[in-house]
Amino acid sequence: MVLFLIASGLSLIFGVTRVVNFAHGSFYMLAAYLAYTLAGALPLGGASFYVAVALAALAVGAVGTLVEIVLLRRVYRAPELYQLLLTFALVLVVSDVVKLVWGSENKTGPSAPGLTGAVRVAGQLVPTYDLALIALGPCVAAALWWLFYRTRWGVLIRAATLDREMVALLGVDQARLFTGVFALGSLLAGLAGALQLPRVALTTVMDAAIITEAFVVVVVGGMGSVPGALLAAVVIGVIDAFGVLLLPRASLVLTFVVMAAVLVVRPWGLMGRPEAQGRSAGGTIIAGREVAVPRALIVGLAALLLAIPPLLPTFYVWVLVEILAFALFAASLHLLMGTGGMVSFGHAAAFGMGAYGAALLVRWATAPMLLALAAAPLAAAATAVVIGFFCVRLSSIYFAMLTLAFAQIAYAIAHQWYDVTGGDNGLLGIWPARWLASPVRYYYLALAASGAGLAVLAVAGRAPFGLTLRAARDHPRRAEAVGIDVRAHQWLAFVVAGFFGGLAGGIFVFLKGSVFPESLAVAVSVEPLVMVLLGGVQSLAGAPVGAALYKLLDTVVTRYTEYWQLVLGVILVAIVLVFPRGILGTLGARGRG
Amino acid sequence: MLELADVHAVYGPSHVLHGVSLRVGDGEVVSLLGRNGAGKSTTLKAIVGVVEVTAGDIRFEGRSLRGVPTHRVARLGIGLVPEDRRIFADLTVLDNLAVGARPDSGWTLPRVFDLFPKLAELARRRGGSLSGGEQQMLTIARTLMTGPRVLLLDEPSEGLAPVVVQAFAGNVAALKRQGVAILMAEQNLKFARRLADRAYVIEKGEIRFEGTMAALDADVSLRRAYLSV
Repeated sequence: MVLFLIASGLSLIFGVTRVVNFAHGSFYMLAAYLAYTLAGALPLGGASFYVAVALAALAVGAVGTLVEIVLLRRVYRAPELYQLLLTFALVLVVSDVVKLVWGSENKTGPSAPGLTGAVRVAGQLVPTYDLALIALGPCVAAALWWLFYRTRWGVLIRAATLDREMVALLGVDQARLFTGVFALGSLLAGLAGALQLPRVALTTVMDAAIITEAFVVVVVGGMGSVPGALLAAVVIGVIDAFGVLLLPRASLVLTFVVMAAVLVVRPWGLMGRPEAQGRSAGGTIIAGREVAVPRALIVGLAALLLAIPPLLPTFYVWVLVEILAFALFAASLHLLMGTGGMVSFGHAAAFGMGAYGAALLVRWATAPMLLALAAAPLAAAATAVVIGFFCVRLSSIYFAMLTLAFAQIAYAIAHQWYDVTGGDNGLLGIWPARWLASPVRYYYLALAASGAGLAVLAVAGRAPFGLTLRAARDHPRRAEAVGIDVRAHQWLAFVVAGFFGGLAGGIFVFLKGSVFPESLAVAVSVEPLVMVLLGGVQSLAGAPVGAALYKLLDTVVTRYTEYWQLVLGVILVAIVLVFPRGILGTLGARGRG
Repeated sequence: MLELADVHAVYGPSHVLHGVSLRVGDGEVVSLLGRNGAGKSTTLKAIVGVVEVTAGDIRFEGRSLRGVPTHRVARLGIGLVPEDRRIFADLTVLDNLAVGARPDSGWTLPRVFDLFPKLAELARRRGGSLSGGEQQMLTIARTLMTGPRVLLLDEPSEGLAPVVVQAFAGNVAALKRQGVAILMAEQNLKFARRLADRAYVIEKGEIRFEGTMAALDADVSLRRAYLSV
């Protein structure tokens, strides 16, 4: 039921504002910690727990409202994805604020006074508190139903979910509506978090855990549909419970398999409906014209990259290699989201499959390093053939979510197939061949691979293939009408992007000498997204620019403070507010006057 | 009451206005005629701020509307009834009407049902389940609930059966009698002729004719050149 609370809030926010709120899990976590402190501090005896829950939920609702008014409202006119970038920045900030205030150790909350026992239900002991939560679910659902179907505000919300512009044409102020929705959504997330206090230990990673699960519920139920969220929360809850009993080793995979299956059969979720406008995945992100980067600049930069590394301290050479890997990774994503208009939330699948492909070859076939490196893109491309086959059938946010689901399946496999992948412990000792092991030599290898990859991507973007993709992005129906097989081209783009994403993963694995399931995690999918948006999605050059900036920021900030996420988050917020079209995009727009 | 002076606007690559000027007086019914893509819809959208005006000015009762957000324009008393009707399909007829309702608008449910008696019978039906003609009534009724003093109708007769158009023309005439000024974009000259006092003809984002309906009727070559009749 906690899942329902958080998912309905998330769904609501998306339905009305079209913001995919990554920070929703952070609100949840924040409320849990707030409730923890309040429950301990309030001098109200048995009642303090309940008062603390209510206060924490309200406080988080207030935080959400503030975030909407102060930050999100400024970027509603910017492309939708920049709102996403903003909420991602909030995730970083809240995560570190929690660490800063409450520390990194796990905390165990008090139990709920009056609901401490357990009841025997069908031979199983079930905590009374859990039963109370289960009972609370339908109450909240009923309250929401009343709000949506019996008040004018609810009518406005439902109308705005269907057609925002029409609502404005009828004289309704969207900004206030959005604020209200955000407040309600955050309140629900806060309530969910605070109510978890007696059930789970508080950790600083509980935001990431819940947000993925909430996304699954929202997508399975249908984005924007609260009844759908209820249905899906029950379905996913049951699957979770039985999954642990039946297939303990595949429990993580199961939910995502279900999500993928639902999306393949009903691309808009169980109770959602197809997008009215039939927009492609990119939405309005590619508003601006392409920004041309002077050739001289590229040549100069290449010369610099060739000349300078031998003069640098080893540490910076490693940083450069990492930037090269991520520049290629981000550029491969750019082919999908920039040129193709398909925003992937699961590009980590390419990166991680490349990394694991190479590492597994070295580990189990003792393959020579270069062969393994060459296998990385192939492994990723092969995976992309399968994933892409399903994903290109969907558009918009559902495409993004299905890619996320597949990436999560890959993550779960890497995590739980202990015998082959080493599970949590990862695969260690995946080093480059001896003659390439020196930092500078490995740097040149990475430069060659990454440079070649970028060059191919640049050519592909301008070739008829890239132009065809753009046509499919801007107007799929017209593209089809002139005889373009839209799906086939998008599928091919997916495979090409997978190929180069895998190459990036290959470079990365030999840089680090190891690979962990984290290389397939959501964070790795989000990073290139942030990089592309940071640099500017209009131009391929934005990807390496964004990658360099992001990694440099990361490196510099990490040196000075352990709270690097906080600083990075604040910088990201600032960048989004100052450069709402990405750095190259905004500079380009200024240049044109 | 509503006046456009040399309005330029860009909406996507193919919808452009090059200096449109027109005027709607108190209680007047004015038609804006032109072919598909001539700029009729873009003109109406520019008035309500859905399309950004790049030059020129739009004044409503002496007040400039440039840069005013859409919902404010609506509250000032300009109601756009969009071409594709845009009924909230999942909402009931009553809920559709509730979205636009304003207590101070002078338009209540009984008054709207008086004009469109059919809607009263359909009150609890889902908007998406109505026929084209019924949706056309609903979309106008919904905008009326906001209490507009100028109604902008975008191709109101499009896609309706001739019989329905007849009945609908009666509704518009009734509105006119109640003092609501109307600017309607139309391709259907016959429909416009029945209702409008004056007409503008627009082509490629520029006004090519301005005058009474009678003057337009007299000018055969103009009608041949800019209207597909």
